[in-house]
Amino acid sequence: MSVNFQVNGKAASANAESDTPLLWVLRDELGMTGTKFGCGAALCGACTVHLDGQAIRSCQTPVSVVAGKKVATIEGLSKDNSHPLQQAWLKHDVPQCGYCQSGQLMSAAALLSKNKNPSDAEIDAAMSGNICRCGTYPRIRAAIKDAAAQMRKA
Amino acid sequence: MMNTTTTSRRSFLKGSAAVSGGLLMGVALPLTRGAMAAGTISTPNAWVHIADDNAITILVAHSEMGQGVYTSLPMLVAEELNVELKQIKVVDAPPAAVYVNALIGAQLTGGSTSIRDSWTKLRIAGAQVREMLIAAAAQEWGVDASSIKADKAVLTGPGGKRATYGQMAAAASRLPVPEKPSIKDPKDFRIVGKATKRLDSPAKTNGTATFGVDVKVPGMVYAALRQCPVIGGKVKSFDAAQAKGMPGVQNVVQINDGVAVVADSWWRAKKALDTVTVQWDEGVGAALSDESILAGTREALKSGKVLEIAKPQGDVAAAFKSAARVMEAEYFTPLQSHSPLEPMNFTADVQGNKVHLTGPTQFPQGAQGAVAGALGLKPEDVTLKTTFLGGGFGRRIELDFIVQAAEISKAVGKPVKLLWTREEDMTHDFYRPIGVNTVKAGLDANGMPVAMHFRVASQSVTQRAFGLPKDTLDPFMAEASVTGYNLPNTQYDLVIHDTGVRVGYWRAVSHNMNAFANESFMDELAKAAGQDPYQYRMKLLDGKPRFANVLKLAADKAGWSKPVAKGRARGIALMEGYDTYMAQVAEVSLNADGSVRVHKVTVAADLGMMVNPDTVQAQIQSAVAFGISAGLKHQITVKNGRVQETNFHNFEPLRMNEMPQVDVVLVKSSEKPGGIGEPATAVVVPAIANAVAALTGKRVRRLPITADAIRQA
Repeated sequence: MSVNFQVNGKAASANAESDTPLLWVLRDELGMTGTKFGCGAALCGACTVHLDGQAIRSCQTPVSVVAGKKVATIEGLSKDNSHPLQQAWLKHDVPQCGYCQSGQLMSAAALLSKNKNPSDAEIDAAMSGNICRCGTYPRIRAAIKDAAAQMRKA
Repeated sequence: MMNTTTTSRRSFLKGSAAVSGGLLMGVALPLTRGAMAAGTISTPNAWVHIADDNAITILVAHSEMGQGVYTSLPMLVAEELNVELKQIKVVDAPPAAVYVNALIGAQLTGGSTSIRDSWTKLRIAGAQVREMLIAAAAQEWGVDASSIKADKAVLTGPGGKRATYGQMAAAASRLPVPEKPSIKDPKDFRIVGKATKRLDSPAKTNGTATFGVDVKVPGMVYAALRQCPVIGGKVKSFDAAQAKGMPGVQNVVQINDGVAVVADSWWRAKKALDTVTVQWDEGVGAALSDESILAGTREALKSGKVLEIAKPQGDVAAAFKSAARVMEAEYFTPLQSHSPLEPMNFTADVQGNKVHLTGPTQFPQGAQGAVAGALGLKPEDVTLKTTFLGGGFGRRIELDFIVQAAEISKAVGKPVKLLWTREEDMTHDFYRPIGVNTVKAGLDANGMPVAMHFRVASQSVTQRAFGLPKDTLDPFMAEASVTGYNLPNTQYDLVIHDTGVRVGYWRAVSHNMNAFANESFMDELAKAAGQDPYQYRMKLLDGKPRFANVLKLAADKAGWSKPVAKGRARGIALMEGYDTYMAQVAEVSLNADGSVRVHKVTVAADLGMMVNPDTVQAQIQSAVAFGISAGLKHQITVKNGRVQETNFHNFEPLRMNEMPQVDVVLVKSSEKPGGIGEPATAVVVPAIANAVAALTGKRVRRLPITADAIRQA
């Protein structure tokens, strides 16, 4: 079946079975590989994207659900690392292996779009669905606070 | 003793290289690689390529799996080449003899060896090229080499003479490579030792970094694989009638390890695979269970062949006899899965008798040999490009998934990207073996140890992976067994027991079980002596300045002598591993459900000279998180030969809300560099166990330290 939706502000269409997870449409059909496969069960957050502004796990979201909706991926955050979160990620040199970071950034972006001054507890609540096996959590936390401060100034 | 262990490990692995097939087989070094600039490229040596437009490429022979080698290793070359990091590009080195890790005897990333292997080698490599460029300019300009300066990729000489490295590179490459170029005194370093931003961070912050799962080659198809739920089991028969009719499915292929469905997308392959029914010949592994694994290892501890880790010191028997008190304890560490976040995958393109492999591996040379062996080819017929690794932790030293990709590609005649599900990954790992340690001490009238007998029974990864002969000491089981403490009468030995579990090297390897046993026991001795565990240890460290220094630094920074907040307690632990001296203090409390909450971990480390102190900090934080995950939260269990944990709900790593504050103190040192990717994983667990004992009065000798484990202790 054909599903029409938007990805990062541009029209996209998928010719996949309706139960195909959005993750695999993005990666294998649309060639947007920034969004990662980690567990296939909404347990690790590596596949996090935004659906109409909400952070969702694309590995558990059938493509049929996104028809007519707006999807945002890491590729849409900014290509040149100019988003305040990306700037903060670079300032704190957050990534290690880097595999989870697209998902971390998208969860953080969803948080900051609603809350420009998150407390530690709010950061924990928003970010604990994203596993980092390298344990970059302290730097993620610092980078989120830094980015939030920048966004408050802007 | 530590040095002896290190030496024997090196010479052993060198000797064993032939066993694993193709390990040391050199291949011609490709002079050009895809990622490099166009134009004429000169290769003064294997580490530096210079294009005539002055584009400089530095090759990295170690796999980037988060530890920062794509930055730290080029820093060493750039320091001596006199170029700035922003002037260079970095690419992976292909499998070749010249890139062998001298500390391991193979082109393998592991054992926290990257910096130790490269520290001198890559500085010499950079200095060689610098001297060759200068010599070429001296010839061309007819001036003395000493009058030429090489800096920021530009050569300058008397009378305003000037040339870029690129302009001199072709001439330089024709000159002999100087064997003993002059390298800088560390006090003159401009790049090495300075906190430096990682070169791979930008690509890992905007989704453009290429991991194995992201590889795409023309004409590629996708494979999903089902292996026997009992590792080692084989396909008896299978029914794929339904799968073959499903959308996008191209082939159903039986390979040595299982059944693969090949389709035009991975999801279609996976969905079709779910409909395939397989009859398995489960083999002998079906009898395995936690109970049999533990019982066999315990029995081996008592009656197996004992191998000496270190020469006994003093008269152990007499010292135990005359001791005022004898204490003994047994400690248990469970199976663990590596579970890097990127599931196992590789892309293989088999065309006739040529194979090209692309993907995440810690062991490119091994992959080359293993795939050549499996397909009946020569290693030089197999080329390989290493991508970024979405975590390694030792799992990607193994070659199983790479051989599988090649077998499937050969069967379908197309390039294939094989990707495992998380469930396949977790249930078909090469697990950290269990360890059963017994430690026995004789104490004098003051409660100080005068005799120590350490014994560990575990499984040898090196027997399985590198063909270590039976009844031979496996140095990767003996790490951190001999401690830094001054003890007059000692005996250290181990027993190798093959439980039947498929085992692998797991971050910090045997440091984990041995440091857990030794450092938990040291606290038990201090308690028996009625002494403070920090002071007790310090009394045993006369003449051991590096041990004593990190112990004091960690204690001071953590406020050891100051009262701890109500409901909390601290624990301390000390270890040498990978030539790094490290102490940690963990501060813990109990959650309402009785589980452990780690609030703060203070780490003091003396790892000698450092290349990138910022990465050192990050690696320590990382290793602490990895250790806490295993120490408190997860383990692998086996029933009827089947691994029971399948995904991150029943094998749950540490999450953001559980991450403690990690304070790091680094010792400024001119000692030779130590490794830092692993030791903190092993030290944090006994530090926590000791804190839990201080808090609850309960000594947990069995990992992981869950709420139940504390209740049952």
